[in-house]
Amino acid sequence: MGHGFSTLFYKEVLRFWKVASQTVGAPVLTALLYLLIFSHVLAGHVQVHGVVYTAFLIPGLVMMSVLQNAFANSSSSLIQSKVTGNIVFVLLPPISYLEFYLAYVLASVVRGLVVGAGVLLATFWFAPLDFAEPWWIVVFALMGGAILGSLGVIAGIWADKFDQLAAFQNFLIMPLTFLSGVFYSVHSLPPFWQQVSHWNPVFYMIDGFRHGFFGVSDASPWLSLAVVGSCLAVLTVFTLNLLKRGYKLRA
Amino acid sequence: MSAAIRITQVSKCFGSVRALDHVDLEVQRGEFFGLLGPNGAGKTTLISALAGLVRADAGSLNVMGHDVQLDYRAARRLLGVVPQELVFDPFFTVRESLKIQSGYFGIRDNDNWIDEILENLGLTSKANANMRMLSGGMKRRVLVAQALVHRPPVIVLDEPTAGVDVELRQTLWAFIRRLNEAGHTIVLTTHYLEEAENLCNRIAMLKAGRVVALDTTAQLLRRFSTHCLRMRTDGAMPVELARDAAQNGGWWSLPFDAFDQVEPMLARIRAAGCRIDDLEIGKPDLEEVFVRVMQGQHEGQAG
Ligand SMILES: Nc1ncnc2c1ncn2[C@@H]1O[C@H](COP(=O)(O)OP(=O)(O)OP(=O)(O)O)[C@@H](O)[C@H]1O
Ligand SMILES: [Mg+2]
Repeated sequence: MGHGFSTLFYKEVLRFWKVASQTVGAPVLTALLYLLIFSHVLAGHVQVHGVVYTAFLIPGLVMMSVLQNAFANSSSSLIQSKVTGNIVFVLLPPISYLEFYLAYVLASVVRGLVVGAGVLLATFWFAPLDFAEPWWIVVFALMGGAILGSLGVIAGIWADKFDQLAAFQNFLIMPLTFLSGVFYSVHSLPPFWQQVSHWNPVFYMIDGFRHGFFGVSDASPWLSLAVVGSCLAVLTVFTLNLLKRGYKLRA
Repeated sequence: MSAAIRITQVSKCFGSVRALDHVDLEVQRGEFFGLLGPNGAGKTTLISALAGLVRADAGSLNVMGHDVQLDYRAARRLLGVVPQELVFDPFFTVRESLKIQSGYFGIRDNDNWIDEILENLGLTSKANANMRMLSGGMKRRVLVAQALVHRPPVIVLDEPTAGVDVELRQTLWAFIRRLNEAGHTIVLTTHYLEEAENLCNRIAMLKAGRVVALDTTAQLLRRFSTHCLRMRTDGAMPVELARDAAQNGGWWSLPFDAFDQVEPMLARIRAAGCRIDDLEIGKPDLEEVFVRVMQGQHEGQAG
């Protein structure tokens, strides 16, 4: 990886950091509001895996923030560059499609981790948290961020207009993240919805991530790792292929 | 030594629009080359194909011997493109934009060269201004600067003076001329034909995706006649004279090669009862040649 890659990565990080109140502050506040409302309503009524509900909820919210913001970073950067036309600045230089992909995805991961860390810091006081098996926390945060960062690259390249991107976000990303056990354990669902959840890759990202905190989870973290790893591999190959062909970027 | 730019049999369609139709073009190193043509002729498409922003359907494009697809890294490093559209990244200042652009080309410490570009384009005082705050002309200057950060030996400017004031035009051309004298190859598109006439040593004219004229500027200017008689009339012009003439507003430009042709032309005009309001004799300018080349092609297609 050359200096072209590191510059593009740096530029992508700088881009969100310059407007951190919107790109970091706002999502942290949103997560905090979820926590206040849901824990107020449900705490005392619900215990999951023998953990108090608020403590159960926090890792879910952290991971949801990581995922949504990783997606938002690459997708919004690309669509803005396309709509304003300044995408030419990265298409004219000798940057390979692999460098292009890695720069956008890694910057998305960074944004996801920064927001995730912010959410963790902001919510940390509300309930006792363990860090039972911290390596799982790291692994799933990185891989989940990379997966959503890749999806963001795909959506940003595919969409020609902001409303198409919004549709991608509202009809795919939001349902996948919300129906993934952020707010509940899927074991508390009726059998049919349990089945459905097991087809949602985001379920494994959140379940594996949560395993890192409590050492217990709905699925084995190894199974989650396999599912999440396969998703990342498939998406990486798919996105690299789009970029190699110049899909929608080089007419 | 390979040509600065070699374009061989390049075609490109957008749906049913044939933007480029078997274009052949070679620009030698050190040339100041003009690419002219009416709106929609395919100039930007050709430049985009050269820059790898658009993929040609057929044919090949080389920058200093490097194929723009197969050897794109080398080709892009050798090429600096000023896009036609006034684009900018609103997140950054002028200097940040230039540093980032340098980085994309793998250049780390470029401050001296960046300062020199800023100075030459009259941007020094704006170096730390946010791109959003700049006027259109200032943004255009930054666009030129961004194309030069990696000191490309081949520089392509797609209408760099559109919407730009006289002062910048002069500073810009003085700078580009110096780069040309220092050995950089320059390719320029513009709709200001006077600019092209003064700057370019060779010119290609494009129409509907095809090269319809390609010659040195001097030869091109003599293409239809060595001289011309320009006059403003009350509007009318005898048909046999109008056929070879170019019209621009109220002005007619009648080509001729020998001075003894002048009197018979004037006699015919007088005989037709046209009033002459103004009259001058001169050499054909590029605009007249351009108009006739474009007309000629039209007739050729119709027939
Ligand atoms: N991305 C695109 N999609 C569809 N059609 C296109 C696209 N780009 C260019 N065209 C068409 O190709 C033709 C050539 O356009 P091009 O922009 O190359 O012309 P040009 O010579 O640069 O014109 P101008 O002087 O107006 O800049 C036009 O008919 C244009 O509508
Ligand atoms: Mg154009």
